[in-house]
Amino acid sequence: MCLSIPSKVVKISDDRTMCTVDTMGVQRDANLMMMGDDEIQVGDYVLLHIGFVMNKIDEKEALISLDTYKEILEIMDENDRRKTILDDDECPNRGE
Amino acid sequence: MALELKNLYDDFRDGETIKAYAEIIAKDAKKLKNPINIMEVCGGHTHTIMKFGLPQLMPDNINFIHGPGCPVCIMPKERIDHAYILAMQPDVILVTLGDMIKVPGSHGSLQDARAKGADVRFVYSPMECIKIAQDNLNKKVIFFAIGFETTTPMTAVLVEQVIKQKIPNILFHINHVTVPEVMVELIDSRDVHVDSYNNRIDAFLGPSHVSVISGSKIYDKFPKDYGRPVVVSGFEPVDVMQGISMIVKQFIEERCELEIQYKRVVNHEGNLNAQKLIDTYFEKIDLFRWRGLGNVPESGLKLKDEFAFLDAEVVYKNVLPLAEIEDHKLCICGDILRGMAKPPECTIFGTVCKPTTPIGSCMVSSEGACAAYYKYGNLL
Repeated sequence: MCLSIPSKVVKISDDRTMCTVDTMGVQRDANLMMMGDDEIQVGDYVLLHIGFVMNKIDEKEALISLDTYKEILEIMDENDRRKTILDDDECPNRGE
Repeated sequence: MALELKNLYDDFRDGETIKAYAEIIAKDAKKLKNPINIMEVCGGHTHTIMKFGLPQLMPDNINFIHGPGCPVCIMPKERIDHAYILAMQPDVILVTLGDMIKVPGSHGSLQDARAKGADVRFVYSPMECIKIAQDNLNKKVIFFAIGFETTTPMTAVLVEQVIKQKIPNILFHINHVTVPEVMVELIDSRDVHVDSYNNRIDAFLGPSHVSVISGSKIYDKFPKDYGRPVVVSGFEPVDVMQGISMIVKQFIEERCELEIQYKRVVNHEGNLNAQKLIDTYFEKIDLFRWRGLGNVPESGLKLKDEFAFLDAEVVYKNVLPLAEIEDHKLCICGDILRGMAKPPECTIFGTVCKPTTPIGSCMVSSEGACAAYYKYGNLL
């Protein structure tokens, strides 16, 4: 199951090709090369797919869905929580 | 014991909301003049629908048709053979995503190729090809690229980097396909061999991640030119239920529109930069042969001629056969994808054709309709 959890951009590399995102407390790197120059700023919420930032998520909508995901993830133990978050953007079979 | 996500959904999360939507849909459906068939185009939607038993929550006059939105399922055998043959070439590392590695072609699967000594790798992101290529300069890395509009721009980024960084040993076997063209095909086939399924699909639940890239604009023509409403919907059960409810309301209010349920990430224009990347490196091919459906005009992409030096189909053309390979004659995947049959109506479903030994396209990947019916078999 793919949740499409919004991730927050916390750092952008000097050459702006990569960024570090925080997905509900779990940090990882994501590729920015699909986005336009300066389109993404630190603090923006984004949707990830197979290691890439796909697009920006409206902040208001992102916060609402984060609340919902928080309820689910709070019930999981730390390992499962981490795995669910990290696996979330993978689903490479999905058509879309 | 660790909780599984399924339990969390079932017990804590969406139960009440799903039930509430089911009630709204049931109430609204009483006002429908005719039954409606709704196609969920995307394999992610099919999975959600079957996993959460949504067909059981639908009134009798609302029927799901499971669409062709699983990029692994729609790959014809001859292209899987290409992957196998390329993997078996000397000094080649074949790289791909997803369930592709398990799908059997006529020589076997990529897993079988690996057992015979081929170097086949599964990656999370296409960009991992760069590191593999740099670590293996004496070998050719061939990226077997699959997916709809969602994953095409990622392949385009990799192509761009290969050119910019002058990486000498990455090639591409492109199998990217596009959603609107196959939707048109399913409404109104131009294939002379099939002429009996017109008007089977009344409305579409549009895939969401494709639309994040392409924008909902790719569906404009369906309400306008084909009289089919489209609601672009997210993947979670509540998203799907809300999407269905929006479609039903269009019918009772006699509207035929494009609507977005998944507004948190989808807009009309999509990611323009990603679209530009696709247009820079790819062009449409006249026909792509979809497993189970046959030739669909302009539904596939290839690298533009100026990038032919990166195209494994050009570089290795002497070893890659062009002949089409038909599916098993008992397989009815084509009818399932067109909404003319459900998986249990197939004589080999669950007996000869199983996820471990798939015969047809819908059983091949976990997101295919037959695989979903098999896995959540208590819903049959």
